[in-house]
Amino acid sequence: MTRIQKAALVLLGLVALASLAAGWIAPSSYSEQFRDAISAPPSARFPLGTDDLGRDRFARLLYGTRVSLLLAPAAAFLSTLIAAVVGGSAGYAGGRWERIVTLGIDLFLSLPWLFLLLAVRALLPLNTSPVASVTITFALLGCLGWATPARIIRAGTRTLVNSDFLVQARASGISGLRLFWRHLVPNLRPILLAQFWVSVPLFILSEANLGLLGLGVAEPLPSWGALLRELENYTAVLQNPWMLAPVVLLVTVVCCLQVVLRTEDRIPC
Amino acid sequence: MFLALLLRHARRILLTVLLGGLLGATLVRLGPGFGVDERELDNRLNQESQRAIRAEHAADSNIARFYLRYLTGLLRGDLGFSRSLNRPAAELLKERLPLTLVSLGYGVGGGVAIGLALALLTVWWRAPGADVLPALLSGLCLAVPAAVIALLFLWAGAPARWAIALIVFPHIYRYSKNLLSAAYLSPHVLLAQAKGLSSARVLFAHVALPAVPQLAALAGISVSLAFGASIPIEAISDIPGIGQLAWKAALDRDLPLLVNITVLIALMTMVVNTLADLALAGRSMES
Amino acid sequence: MLKHTLRILLGVAFAALPAAPAELRFALRTEPKTFHPLMVEDESSETIRYLTGGVLIRLNRYTQELEAELATKWTVSENGRRIDFDLRPNVQFSDGTPFSCEDVAFTVRQLMDPALHSPSGDAFRSAPGAVETGCVGSRAMARFPGPVAALAMQFDQVAILSAHSPRKEAAVLGPFALAEYKPGSYVLLRRNANYWKRDAQGRRLPYLDAIRLEIQQNRELELLRFRRGELDIVNRLDPEMFDRLSTEMPRAVVDAGPSLDMELVFFNQVAASPLPDYKRRWFRSSEFRRAISEAIHRDDIVRVVYHGRAQPSAGPVSAANHFWFNSALKPPIYSAAAALDRLERDGFRRSGEALLDRDGHKVEFSMITNSGNKLHERMLALIQQDLAKLGIQLNVVILDFPSLVERITRNFNYESVLIALTNVGLDPNDQMNIWLSSAENHQWNPNQKTPETAWEAELDKLMQAQTAVQDPKKRKLYFDQAQQIVFDQAPMIFLVNPNALSAVSPNLKNVTPALLHPQIYWNAERLNIAGAYTSQK
Repeated sequence: MTRIQKAALVLLGLVALASLAAGWIAPSSYSEQFRDAISAPPSARFPLGTDDLGRDRFARLLYGTRVSLLLAPAAAFLSTLIAAVVGGSAGYAGGRWERIVTLGIDLFLSLPWLFLLLAVRALLPLNTSPVASVTITFALLGCLGWATPARIIRAGTRTLVNSDFLVQARASGISGLRLFWRHLVPNLRPILLAQFWVSVPLFILSEANLGLLGLGVAEPLPSWGALLRELENYTAVLQNPWMLAPVVLLVTVVCCLQVVLRTEDRIPC
Repeated sequence: MFLALLLRHARRILLTVLLGGLLGATLVRLGPGFGVDERELDNRLNQESQRAIRAEHAADSNIARFYLRYLTGLLRGDLGFSRSLNRPAAELLKERLPLTLVSLGYGVGGGVAIGLALALLTVWWRAPGADVLPALLSGLCLAVPAAVIALLFLWAGAPARWAIALIVFPHIYRYSKNLLSAAYLSPHVLLAQAKGLSSARVLFAHVALPAVPQLAALAGISVSLAFGASIPIEAISDIPGIGQLAWKAALDRDLPLLVNITVLIALMTMVVNTLADLALAGRSMES
Repeated sequence: MLKHTLRILLGVAFAALPAAPAELRFALRTEPKTFHPLMVEDESSETIRYLTGGVLIRLNRYTQELEAELATKWTVSENGRRIDFDLRPNVQFSDGTPFSCEDVAFTVRQLMDPALHSPSGDAFRSAPGAVETGCVGSRAMARFPGPVAALAMQFDQVAILSAHSPRKEAAVLGPFALAEYKPGSYVLLRRNANYWKRDAQGRRLPYLDAIRLEIQQNRELELLRFRRGELDIVNRLDPEMFDRLSTEMPRAVVDAGPSLDMELVFFNQVAASPLPDYKRRWFRSSEFRRAISEAIHRDDIVRVVYHGRAQPSAGPVSAANHFWFNSALKPPIYSAAAALDRLERDGFRRSGEALLDRDGHKVEFSMITNSGNKLHERMLALIQQDLAKLGIQLNVVILDFPSLVERITRNFNYESVLIALTNVGLDPNDQMNIWLSSAENHQWNPNQKTPETAWEAELDKLMQAQTAVQDPKKRKLYFDQAQQIVFDQAPMIFLVNPNALSAVSPNLKNVTPALLHPQIYWNAERLNIAGAYTSQK
């Protein structure tokens, strides 16, 4: 691990620790409304000011980090795993299985999954706890977000299937599942990690959009996605630049993830 | 042989598109809020009018019958009638498709251009920290909601369609950078470098060119990404394209419109991905 | 000397140039669904109907009084079944076709045609049967199957169609006529050169040459375009945008005071709903509902959510409705202690942080509202905190509109709702379908075969009584009593009446903001753009 990767890992760890210790660090609860201090600027009392309901932004950012930092990577992991299995098996097996899977992926990409999400909301009891609701949301995102990367993984697998090292492994008698897991999957790592990295912010933002359908994080629980939706009021952002704190944090986390997950070797000169 | 391949693909596209339409219609039909009309909350309407409104929607409740009617209409060029916009679906699609194709052009073209350019630059430069700026830029574009990016463009007086390119490029950049970096480690590239070829020639002739089929697969994905991004972008910036139409149709549960849009997306996705597959197959045959 | 001469020459040159046409520009939030005046159901189509349609009687949005338009006089008789009009002479449609009594008869018959299902027609269909129309010279008569409350006022919504024009609905009697429509982009209305109205100096109205209605769904974009001078009016600004604009362009913002609209909450009282029995008991208790009403801090909603641009409301009629408002009703004063007392009298009790009912169930319920409405989301967050002080756990659920409508009108799978009520008209008869227990829109418990409670039976009687009389004072007496019952029983908890907020370009002249829709352009025929050349003939 390089020095930069170690530094990125430490930074990620600090962010995760801060979110877990939100109860001690945050000066107030994430839901408490200080109705006499609406949209207040940063101060000793409110390090990042308050939002339009008088809630402490700093507290909401810390607690929101807890929700998003835990669940978004979990959803990204799930979607990447499904994509690896589906795309990898299609590229590896080839033939009819590959054609069926490709057809399935293309079909999956075309369907209006919005209605499945609405149906899930309709089936859930109205009094579902915010924690359960957000967990179900991210699980759904994980289950629905595999199709695009599966295609890329399939293309990558097809290229690797005919490569020298795999031909050699086959020639030495290794075949089937062992060939797939021991020789193919490790070489797919760069693609899989790239997919994982891209999915994390994608799911955080998707969760916020699902809030419009009754899924996602319910009030008063905060999430990065919900905090980021505030940026749509761009005039307010220009006047209150501290509203950009969630973006800064998310960009930092995404960049750190990218650095930590980097797998390519140094390119020879 | 090529003709046989093309015919096979055409058959596959047709099957997928028809199946996609049926599944899409089923999802819409089974989703909550189907058959409901906001006019039911209009206090001015009496019971008879309310019943008439419900009867209008009841006609589409049998999905098999609806889809059969839709397919027979399709053969005659009749794509059905949009209840939410009170116009024939064919008219709406004809008006709006060109605008979305322009948006997709911006999105895919711009996204692929920016992503590839940054990836090429990063692998060519090869200095430590060369990818910091592109990584920051792509991280920023991934972290900011599409709606906010679109609003920023509008505020700056720039076409909001460029926002689609900014949403697509991080995906292209990341994958293509990994692809190109891995290609640099291939034996033939090492040989080319050992033979003293210039770094530019190594990059373009021996690294980038052989990776084109896999990059073509990315282009296929970027169409799906760009279309997904076009929905909020068109809705925010009031571009009357298919993306905006899709969102409105979804909110109004406009079944005829949604089925047509699903079929259209399926067709676009299939055609682009088929072309990418053909390129990949061609590359495999050569090697 | 040369400079001075040049200046004079330039001034003359500019004066000689034709002035820009006087074109008013504002946005429609959705695509208009129809241009047929009798089939209007959505706001955008209603805007076009208002600007192009000529009506017999107009409700002056500013004074809230009826005024003569195409009818110079009218008489209502037979207890609201019959209306006679004296028609204005020498009036033509936009294509030159003369306006006559036959056009009125034709329009009324179309309105009442059951096959057409005209939404404006429903107000006239108080009983089954056909309408009778008659023409004697320039006098038109219509006799409806049953008494129609506020019969004259209903004609404010009826644009007269031509019985003879080859252009059919495209031939109009209003100040403007449809000139161009580009779907997804704009609707252009041009001045009706044959419009009958003239100003005090005898000049033919309208002053404007055209009205361009841009189809613009995004509110932020609409505001941006207004700031850039690309739009002249923004209707129904939300409070945040209003405040933003008032710092940048203080002369451009208009706060006309509380509107007719209201924000309200109601609970599910439907017997057949899939609620547990104990919850249904809570929601059917008027003491429970009144306690919730007392526990909601309306002043905070006004201050925090509406930035002071709303008014707490007590009943189903806003103070903006001068005649029908019951001034004896006052909004409940916020008091968590009083609310808790009321709940305790109803059998509830505090247990630690939670509130329990008489059977020990924790008081927890959900409140749904429609997505895409930031004001509702903020209100819910405030209400959630207010009720938490009583130990009530409120779960906030945002749903897309069709899902919400399905729950409250079809499967009744909800517990409570926060929703907005948009009142277009002044008359209580516009709300009949809310207050009658047998009606579809008696939201908390619709379609009752017989009233399930004594107070709903009483409410039915009072609403029917006010329909049956023509004397406005008697009607007000009945309706005041109905409002009192609604206040006492709180089937709907009225929260606030938002103010009518708009943005108007300082270049727009003769603007007299009103509380009723359309607030700014209700007198479109008299609006003008400063510095624009207008036809004086």
